[in-house]
Amino acid sequence: MATAAAQRTARTQAGEAAGDAVSTAAYQAVFDASVAADERIEPRDWMPDAYRSTLVRQIAQHAHSEIIGMQPEANWITRAPSLRRKAILMAKVQDEAGHGLYLYSAAETLGTSRDELLDKLHSGRQKYSSIFNYPTLTWADVGAIGWLVDGAAITNQVPLCRCSYGPYARAMVRVCKEESFHQRQGYELLLALSGGTPAQHEMAQDAVNRWWWPSLMMFGPPDDESSHSAQSMAWKIKRHSNDELRQRFVDICVPQAESLGLTLPDPDLVWNEERGQHDFGAIDWTEFREVLKGNGPCNDQRITQRRQAHEEGAWVREAAAAYADKQTAGPTAEIPGSADENGKARA
Amino acid sequence: MTHASDTRTPRATATTAQTSTAPAGSGTATAAALALGDDALVLSHRLGEWAGHAPVLEEEVALANVALDLLGQARVLLSMAGDEDELAYLREERAFRNLQLVEQPNGDFAHTIARQLYFSTYQHLLYAQLAAGGGVFAPLAAKAVKEVAYHRDHAEQWTLRLGDGTEVSHERMRQACEALWRFTGEMFQPVEGVDVDREALRTGWLESVTDVLRRATLEVPEGPQAGAWRAGAGREGLHTESFGRMLAEMQHLHRSHPGASW
Repeated sequence: MATAAAQRTARTQAGEAAGDAVSTAAYQAVFDASVAADERIEPRDWMPDAYRSTLVRQIAQHAHSEIIGMQPEANWITRAPSLRRKAILMAKVQDEAGHGLYLYSAAETLGTSRDELLDKLHSGRQKYSSIFNYPTLTWADVGAIGWLVDGAAITNQVPLCRCSYGPYARAMVRVCKEESFHQRQGYELLLALSGGTPAQHEMAQDAVNRWWWPSLMMFGPPDDESSHSAQSMAWKIKRHSNDELRQRFVDICVPQAESLGLTLPDPDLVWNEERGQHDFGAIDWTEFREVLKGNGPCNDQRITQRRQAHEEGAWVREAAAAYADKQTAGPTAEIPGSADENGKARA
Repeated sequence: MTHASDTRTPRATATTAQTSTAPAGSGTATAAALALGDDALVLSHRLGEWAGHAPVLEEEVALANVALDLLGQARVLLSMAGDEDELAYLREERAFRNLQLVEQPNGDFAHTIARQLYFSTYQHLLYAQLAAGGGVFAPLAAKAVKEVAYHRDHAEQWTLRLGDGTEVSHERMRQACEALWRFTGEMFQPVEGVDVDREALRTGWLESVTDVLRRATLEVPEGPQAGAWRAGAGREGLHTESFGRMLAEMQHLHRSHPGASW
């Protein structure tokens, strides 16, 4: 608490100093001290331009991933094999839309807008997680996504609850709670299949075989090739390196796979007594780069559907805006037959 | 629309729908649970088709929310009639008792909203009566009527926005209300085991919908509230063509693994 108070004072002093001499160095010093003291940076605090743009990029990409990530799972809503599973899946896809909303709001505190970010997504200027460019081919994929993809996301996101940027960290607290729930549901779905009929068991194994490696790729390139990592760690946006998190994830998944009665598709996966961790096989980084470049199995499909939903919904958004304008325009707008906001008369 | 044979007499058909799996219980309560449960199940499914396609993120949340509420109601109701999954996944088209209104394809957002306005207004008035009536459906209706009040409000708000929005949205909403109007009459047909004041239901519904449409600068459609072919056909297991395709998609996986649990 003492530190926080001291920092507030420092910030105020820095503000005063700036009033006198516009000293970026003074602002920077306060910012650095706040980050060093593990304090949260808030929207109205000064921050380096590069910190702001890194966060916008990362939060936007995270938000886009939630929105695009609805598609592979929504693909199975109308075919879910029981009403209970259908309800669970619908609730999950709904949560993802909600996560997208939190995250766009967090990004907006940095001076951008949801419309601007969606525009960048639709035009390919901003990315989303490469994992959602893989297709959901069977019902078991819904379980594999819950267990592995959400599991990887949680491993990545739990440390973000302590991220230096306050709005992002707080959004992550809410997101992670719901994600852990989804992850358990995915695990439970696979458990039911694995212990079900031989055909169901085979379906579950096949899904895990297809989703395992793409899930490991969710942690990003290896540490020696990760361009943004060092700076993000210095800013305490990231807390752990890609490879550390990937290792943590593998170590969590191995015993879970065992209790599921499923195998992980990696002949080199073995416990390393010396390290106290699992060794695992090499990731196909060529595939990763191809998917990132837009050459994955569903890249075109995902972005096309997103653009289509947006374009086909334009008249609805325009209607909502026009109606809202009329409500604030006063009683004359209510007179039947009067011209509407666009100046077009209506009978 | 020239021939307005708006008959209100439910007709027995020679081929009364035989189910491949007959409902566990029988009798009026079962028939009623199936009718109300199928309405909720089928409309929930249609709304689920919107996931990932909604015009704005808030509507992804809202449409899924309504779909989930309806699915919850369907599960309770179908469980009153038998095994929920057997009833949902193993009955064929002719054994479903839902209104034709709820099986209508989503169309554009205006069609989805018009369908929702017509149905939510009906369901809200119906459940309010059932909740007050103290019959077997009273506990379910008492809980569901709160959810449905939200659905109804959501549909009304969008009817206003679209009807009184832009010229384009007004025209789309007008067309949607017209196109679905002929499916509204079946809501006031008698349903075996559903003991309500149908005249009050019809009057209340018409008053409410008329009021919303008027505020949305729309007119109440003029055509008959039932197709010339048959009124209330959905309750007899006579459906429109798109329904079979919807069921094929919904039931495919479940039917591919007989006896499996999920």
